[in-house]
Amino acid sequence: MSAHSPTSHAPAARRLRRGNPLGALGGLLWLLVVLVPVYWVLVTSLRSREGFFDANPLAVPSSPTLENYRLVLDHDFGRYLLNSALVTAGATLLVLAVSFLAAYAIVRGTGRLLRWTFSLFLLGLAIPLQATIIPVYYLIAKAQMYDTLAAVILPSAAFAIPLTVLILVNFLRDVPDELFESMRADGAGHWRMLWSLALPLSRPALITVTLYDALNVWNGFLFPLILTQSPDQRVLPLFVWSFQGEFTINVPAVLAAVVLSTLPVLALYAVGRRQLISGLTAGFGK
Amino acid sequence: MSAPGASGAAGSRSSGGAPFVMAAPALALFSLFALVPMAIVGYLSFTRWNGLGSPSWTGSDNWREALTSDVTRHALWLTAKFMVVSWLVQTPVSLLLGVFVAGRQRYRTLLAVVYFVPMLISAAALAIIFKNLLDPNFGLGATLGLPLLDHNWLGDPQLAFYTTVFVVAWQFVPFHTLLYQAGTRQIPASLYEAAAIDGAGRLAQFRHITLPQLRYTIVTSSTLMLVGSLTYFDVVFVLTGGGPGLATRFLPLDMYITGFQSNEMGRASAISVVLVAVGLLLSLIIVRFSGFSRMRSQQAGM
Repeated sequence: MSAHSPTSHAPAARRLRRGNPLGALGGLLWLLVVLVPVYWVLVTSLRSREGFFDANPLAVPSSPTLENYRLVLDHDFGRYLLNSALVTAGATLLVLAVSFLAAYAIVRGTGRLLRWTFSLFLLGLAIPLQATIIPVYYLIAKAQMYDTLAAVILPSAAFAIPLTVLILVNFLRDVPDELFESMRADGAGHWRMLWSLALPLSRPALITVTLYDALNVWNGFLFPLILTQSPDQRVLPLFVWSFQGEFTINVPAVLAAVVLSTLPVLALYAVGRRQLISGLTAGFGK
Repeated sequence: MSAPGASGAAGSRSSGGAPFVMAAPALALFSLFALVPMAIVGYLSFTRWNGLGSPSWTGSDNWREALTSDVTRHALWLTAKFMVVSWLVQTPVSLLLGVFVAGRQRYRTLLAVVYFVPMLISAAALAIIFKNLLDPNFGLGATLGLPLLDHNWLGDPQLAFYTTVFVVAWQFVPFHTLLYQAGTRQIPASLYEAAAIDGAGRLAQFRHITLPQLRYTIVTSSTLMLVGSLTYFDVVFVLTGGGPGLATRFLPLDMYITGFQSNEMGRASAISVVLVAVGLLLSLIIVRFSGFSRMRSQQAGM
């Protein structure tokens, strides 16, 4: 994906710049498929309850209101936001820490155990992990951790390990050997090389996996659903779900909850789109 | 990689490779929550357990019940159908969109930015959006008064299945579009130039260059799609809960309902074993027959 130098790829650019009316039509059609629901959610969340029943569903609300948002915020939204933030931060930090160590060892090590570990992680990519929720529930219950945020953090982090390690390994492999050799000649051990060479150099890859893992944990639904129960431990996706159970008829309020729970991710997307997208394709997109 | 020197003692000496200790935390965490559970689920499938208390051994009862249950058999058939139909819907759409937005025009890049938005919405939120959007009384179709859109999308068993396929596609097409976009951008331009000189039209170029060159992307994307729809749960759970009737009760949902709602964890574990086995088998078959692993070694790096 390094095809950005304008001179060497001029032919590619020429080829890729041809018009394509049929494609444009299809592209436009899908744009509508994506945008119409999103637009409908936004305008409906700004309608009053009465306005919702009267208006043309796609018209801009004649008297937009934020009362739905206030209703959502008054239902402990802040608490669930905090829970989601804690779970996301905890799981992401955990998976980054252990995966970075492992990736360093896999790239800079030679032992059979390490090769075996890497193969295991690669295999982990193919295992349909969602199918193991019952034993995960069993383990969490046995460990007396049911209905805690830690119960969500641990398996979420564990399931993110394979892809995170794979992306970091791919990145670290491209760091020239000589850099490590010269530090080693100065008497540096592995922990120092890890800390003062590999870590700063891996910044782009680390940002990418951070965003990618955080997005997945933030949006995760299954683990919170089976591993927590009380409102105190609720994360945002669970909140949105239970809120719509409670306010089924009040569609504008339900959609306001949807918008509020998605806003942090949209902000993340606005800031780190490039890194996030390269994270999505890095593991598979070859 | 460094020379295969003597790696003995936990290596801070100049000749040693990085010590295994560094990989141990990741290995431990992954084993505890991903590998150990695979063993436990096998054990649980031979027990009776209601989710509380302790499991008690019952031999092969769960397996006999699960395999002869009409509901579970139906779920199995439905899941197979869901996998095939989802693949048939998502692959052409994301392939064509991906190839299209691989172009460097500014508007195509912009399109790609918008296409990606559904990936950001949590499955729960996304399902709630469509549940309301498709509501027969308050939804877009009903209030807009368009006969084409005015159906009971989630209440009619036949329609509910295809509606679910569509909503899941809405969620995952962006990701696969991204894969195809990245794959298309790696095709060497010289191939197209040579074809153009030979007078190949656009359609011929797509058939004879783009498609074959995207072979491995298609394999990757299809594997993720098939295994993904085999084990997919979140959107279906919130959108339909498996209904109406059993119309969208796919295998993972059947497992969840059997285990966490009917409190028959043992039987649910048997279903879970089937899911893991089929998913693993599927990945291995696709990887083996597509030469995917050979490709990985050909194209090292990003």
